[in-house]
Amino acid sequence: MSSPRNVTTESLGVKILLIGSACAVLILFLVLPLIAVFTEAFRQGAKVFMDALTEPAAMSAIKLTLITAAITVPLNTVFGLAAAWLVTKFRFRGRSLLLSLIDLPFAVSPVIAGLVWMLVVGSKGWLGPWLSDHNLQIAFDTPGIVIATIFVTFPFVARELIPLMETQGTDEEEAAVTLGARGWQVFLHVTLPNIKWGLLYGVLLCNARAMGEFGAVSVISGHIRGKTNTLPLQVEVLYNEYQSSAAFACASLLALLALLTLGLKTLIERIAGHTGAKGH
Amino acid sequence: MSRRRIIPGFGLSLGYTITYLSVIILIPLLALFLKASKVGWDDWVKILTSRQLVAAAKLSFGASALAALLSSFLGLLIAWVLVRYRFPGRRLFDAVVDLPFALPTAVAGITLTQIYNYKGWIGQYIAQAAGWLKTHHDPGGWLGDRLGEWAEKGAAYSSLGVFIALLFIGLPFVVRTLQPVMEELPKDIEEAAACLGAKRWTIFRRVIFPAILPALITGFTLAFARAVGEYGSVIFISGNLPLKTEILPSLIIAQLEQFKYETAAVIAAAMLIVSFALLFLINLLQRRLNWRTR
Repeated sequence: MSSPRNVTTESLGVKILLIGSACAVLILFLVLPLIAVFTEAFRQGAKVFMDALTEPAAMSAIKLTLITAAITVPLNTVFGLAAAWLVTKFRFRGRSLLLSLIDLPFAVSPVIAGLVWMLVVGSKGWLGPWLSDHNLQIAFDTPGIVIATIFVTFPFVARELIPLMETQGTDEEEAAVTLGARGWQVFLHVTLPNIKWGLLYGVLLCNARAMGEFGAVSVISGHIRGKTNTLPLQVEVLYNEYQSSAAFACASLLALLALLTLGLKTLIERIAGHTGAKGH
Repeated sequence: MSRRRIIPGFGLSLGYTITYLSVIILIPLLALFLKASKVGWDDWVKILTSRQLVAAAKLSFGASALAALLSSFLGLLIAWVLVRYRFPGRRLFDAVVDLPFALPTAVAGITLTQIYNYKGWIGQYIAQAAGWLKTHHDPGGWLGDRLGEWAEKGAAYSSLGVFIALLFIGLPFVVRTLQPVMEELPKDIEEAAACLGAKRWTIFRRVIFPAILPALITGFTLAFARAVGEYGSVIFISGNLPLKTEILPSLIIAQLEQFKYETAAVIAAAMLIVSFALLFLINLLQRRLNWRTR
């Protein structure tokens, strides 16, 4: 092209230098670890890999991870929808305080998230005596793991929906109500179609974190092998027992989950033209 | 409030949101502060000034701040390239940025340890470089000691490993905060500056940078807040040596393993108070900055 030199961009040399260094950082820093997971997983061959994934402890860890996500994600999705509806469709006193409180778990270390719940449901916690009187076990068992995971993944769906619903305003909902639609009809036929991609995106991020959560679950699970180990905890146990290949085999499953999440996320962005969302 | 609400569901969504928020987040946090408040003032001071805690706090806050700082720099570079230039593979690289969000922290932890230990893909070169520097240009003092350490162990099981893990975790926060702001940056001010004879670097420094600084600070803050609390990706690469590579979250875990719930609660409460205070200060700084550039 013989158009005049573009004054708002850099010379070719500078461009190449910048692109080269940015890509080098991304490859060395982010892509290399991903390759390393799979290389390490297959270091001792496919048989060791398969054995690591099919042994009973690994199977029960996979099962527990799936159960945890299956409870956590729907609960936080319903909350995300309710919270986003509340803060974007209405103006009320304390609204900005509520917005900060929804973000609060992002500023709390996962280890502290596990600790605060131990102080409530642990044997020496608030509810400890009452729970043991009624033969209920929450800490060191599946319910505790689920609750700690809910704490950590609490803001994900709400965080995705709030900015989206804020920009969409309330005009369409008001029109629907004026035309005689009931509350649920407004939500199902007006709001939901508008936010479906953002919702899916939030659910995806929430699920990835729920399946991969480590710190909070580590505190509250009690590390009982074959009973309260989720997949990330199983990775830790194997790694600390110097069963490196088995640890990386389990880790590669979680890495596949991450790749799947990224792939779906990119797909959603392309379909919905949804860009620039801040994930956590 | 006089205006009648047209859209239904205020009461239901308000009640549900507040209840769920209280049960899951607020009441347990209250339990933490109540537990910590039962510990006497003298014990607070004793816990918070113990050598182990001071060392862990220095490492946690220091490494997090340094990692967030370098994340800001590298994040700016990556966001710039992804937003401003078109090149083959751009979409793929853009997708890769989110990897640390999607990859479970324990997986990141063991993988980074594998790469950065003295035999690892990158660690061996770090060890060699540190060894060479140590023998040829030993700076002595703290840095000299560190070089000796890295020459022996690579980057794993040292404070450098903690820093690397926190950098990995923090990078996407900066990129994802900057990207939307940089995409919306109007081209015409840059053109105007160029017409007035400004060089490209001057335009970046005087026109572009001030416009993206608030977003950069937000990205730094998010990366820093995440790094201070990070556990999974750090504990494997740090090796958890008390006084040397122990971070605050793993110190809390160590207390729990000895059933010292009070001590754990005090450390956690202090950590939350300091984090919230820092976040508040950064927020304040940002408001002043926004107000000045408006």
